[in-house]
Amino acid sequence: MAAMTPTPAPATPDATPDTASGTTAPAAAAPAGPSVKARAPRRRPRPRVWRAAVFLLAGAYFLVPLVASFVFTVHVPGQGVSFEAYTQLLAADGFTESMLLSLGLAAATIALSLLLAVPALVAVRLGSPRLRPVVEVMCMLPLVVPPIALVTGITTVLRWGPEHLSRTPLYQTFLAVQDERFPVVLVLAYTVLALPFVYRSLDAGMRAVDVPTLVEAARSCGASWPYVVLRVLLPNLRASLAGAAFLTLALVLGEFTIASLLGFRPFAVWIVTISGAHARMSVAVSVLSLLITWLLLLVLSRAGTNPATVSSAPSTSPTSRKES
Amino acid sequence: MSTTLPAARQSEGFDGRTDSAPGARVEFRGLRRAFGSTVALDGLDLTIEPGELVALLGPSGCGKTTALRVVAGFEQPDSGEVLVDGEDITRVPANRRDAGMVFQSYSLFPNLSARDNVAFGLRVRGVGAARRRERAAELLDLVGLPDHGDRYPHQMSGGQQQRVALARALALRPRVLLLDEPLSALDAKVRASLRDEIRRLQLSLGITTVFVTHDQEEALSMADRVAVLNAGRLEQCAAPAELYERPATPFVAEFVGTMNRLPGRITDSGLVEVAGARLPVDGPVPTATREVEVLVRPENVTATADPEGTATVVAASFFGAVTRLHLDLPGGTSVKADLPSRDAGELAPGARAAVGLTERPVLVVARSA
Ligand SMILES: Nc1ncnc2c1ncn2[C@@H]1O[C@H](COP(=O)(O)OP(=O)(O)OP(=O)(O)O)[C@@H](O)[C@H]1O
Ligand SMILES: [Mg+2]
Repeated sequence: MAAMTPTPAPATPDATPDTASGTTAPAAAAPAGPSVKARAPRRRPRPRVWRAAVFLLAGAYFLVPLVASFVFTVHVPGQGVSFEAYTQLLAADGFTESMLLSLGLAAATIALSLLLAVPALVAVRLGSPRLRPVVEVMCMLPLVVPPIALVTGITTVLRWGPEHLSRTPLYQTFLAVQDERFPVVLVLAYTVLALPFVYRSLDAGMRAVDVPTLVEAARSCGASWPYVVLRVLLPNLRASLAGAAFLTLALVLGEFTIASLLGFRPFAVWIVTISGAHARMSVAVSVLSLLITWLLLLVLSRAGTNPATVSSAPSTSPTSRKES
Repeated sequence: MSTTLPAARQSEGFDGRTDSAPGARVEFRGLRRAFGSTVALDGLDLTIEPGELVALLGPSGCGKTTALRVVAGFEQPDSGEVLVDGEDITRVPANRRDAGMVFQSYSLFPNLSARDNVAFGLRVRGVGAARRRERAAELLDLVGLPDHGDRYPHQMSGGQQQRVALARALALRPRVLLLDEPLSALDAKVRASLRDEIRRLQLSLGITTVFVTHDQEEALSMADRVAVLNAGRLEQCAAPAELYERPATPFVAEFVGTMNRLPGRITDSGLVEVAGARLPVDGPVPTATREVEVLVRPENVTATADPEGTATVVAASFFGAVTRLHLDLPGGTSVKADLPSRDAGELAPGARAAVGLTERPVLVVARSA
């Protein structure tokens, strides 16, 4: 499980432009090189060589397995290049269903965890800053509870429930929660798992803006509480909201243990099921799932950056809102 | 909620006929607020007349910010009330209080341009886009930033941000303007110019303004009246000149401006004998003892170069028009004297001087052990 969860790097989307500029830095520094050569002829080349070496090494570590996998899926010995694995895959039994299920679970998990975490963190920050360590510990707790333990707990409850509640309306709830088409119980479990990442990301975002002052400024301009949260806080927490969503999405798309043990078939479980049968197709499915995940993450991180251009849009819209 | 402002003025406040914002009378009545064992406000009474600029001045932690936040609605008093034009607004939520506020820290919405920041309150109230733009331009013009509408907060200097914050606070034509040390994060030059500008604006709009500061120069130079707070209580509220010339309490006397404390003695005739002079006493005379301390402003201390003099110049600080001398008197007292700089030439550190007092009534307090 631990291997599948993304590292809790706060404000992930922000990191992207930084690292991008970091990689272009050597190129920009290059023209300056010759002019200062006379002074320090030996010093300059070294870091550049090292940087390139590290960069290449990291790139190779990252790309070689991917390229190898891709080649494996399209190159059939004796027949040349063929994309059959991919076409088969898209037609394979359960691909679409499991993919849609995973995306649905991810969306629901993102929504639920943000709905829980945003008001809670805002409330703590404004109302009782002294409770912050408590909330932090509670939110980080899922990191130290192994998913297996979580599953065991959930299974116990799910089994216990129907036995004791068969005559109450709660019984129906227990069944509905385990509906194969959309197992809400997974959303609940994933929300717990995602909490540390969501917390970290939001906390970093809230550190970056002066939440109490912004809230008071908005209040003194006549804004009601819902208006403050929706129109002032959320837009200013865009980056960290996107970061939280980003991490949650990655988590849900890759989660296997809980889904498998509870007997549901989201994408990760489906991959494992199918890979036993067709070697080439299972690798194709991994390559494809990587691409899909990247694409989604890219979309999300784009949504988190560039607040200036995006957020100025609403003010020019002709519709104006009435608030109490 | 029960005592919300009348709906009519809420919708008219910003979109009214002329630019004459109506100033309101603000009254603090017995405000008390404690945070645990810290008493921030301890029965504060103060009335601010319509259109007046009152500076709340006091040492750090005396409750200035708390008083302002009670008016803004961000803090609930434990007891006491705030009246605006005779109306008790103590329980009115902050967003219905018709008070504009400028904060000490930069408080512009980082995701909005200067124009949208200024127009924020109008947007909240559902004013149409065209009218919002017009009013925002008007206000940016007013605060001297007509070309900065498209800038984002991070693209503006601190002074510019505070100007925009001021424009935002004025956008709804509030009845009260609350300023919590809006200049304290700025450098001295910007601070001085913005100070004058705020005052000019406030006068032309006639808006009742409460200005919190711990900078007495700021308070004395801007305000119609200065309210000196100490430990959550009002010490004195008076016009700057009166506060300076006739401080009501020793605390005010020493907090506002610079004071010398000189040992003195009340004579039988009721005069006070100090530094070789006999001066009339202003204010109450301690009855318990004749040994008193006399409070004298540096500008009322004279010093002349005199090789026979009993005082020694310890240090001299040049402030342009005046020079402040630090002198040691026999008996271990030290005294500060402000002289016109052209008269201070011979009084370099180490020089002997004769010290005297100008003939004015002085404040006396019982000598502390
Ligand atoms: N939210 C709070 N929780 C606990 N104590 C507080 C709170 N707000 C203010 N205080 C305390 O109340 C007292 C008055 O605070 P206040 O902020 O009004 O002072 P101030 O006069 O504005 O000081 P400064 O010039 O430093 O801004 C201080 O002792 C402060 O520590
Ligand atoms: Mg303060």
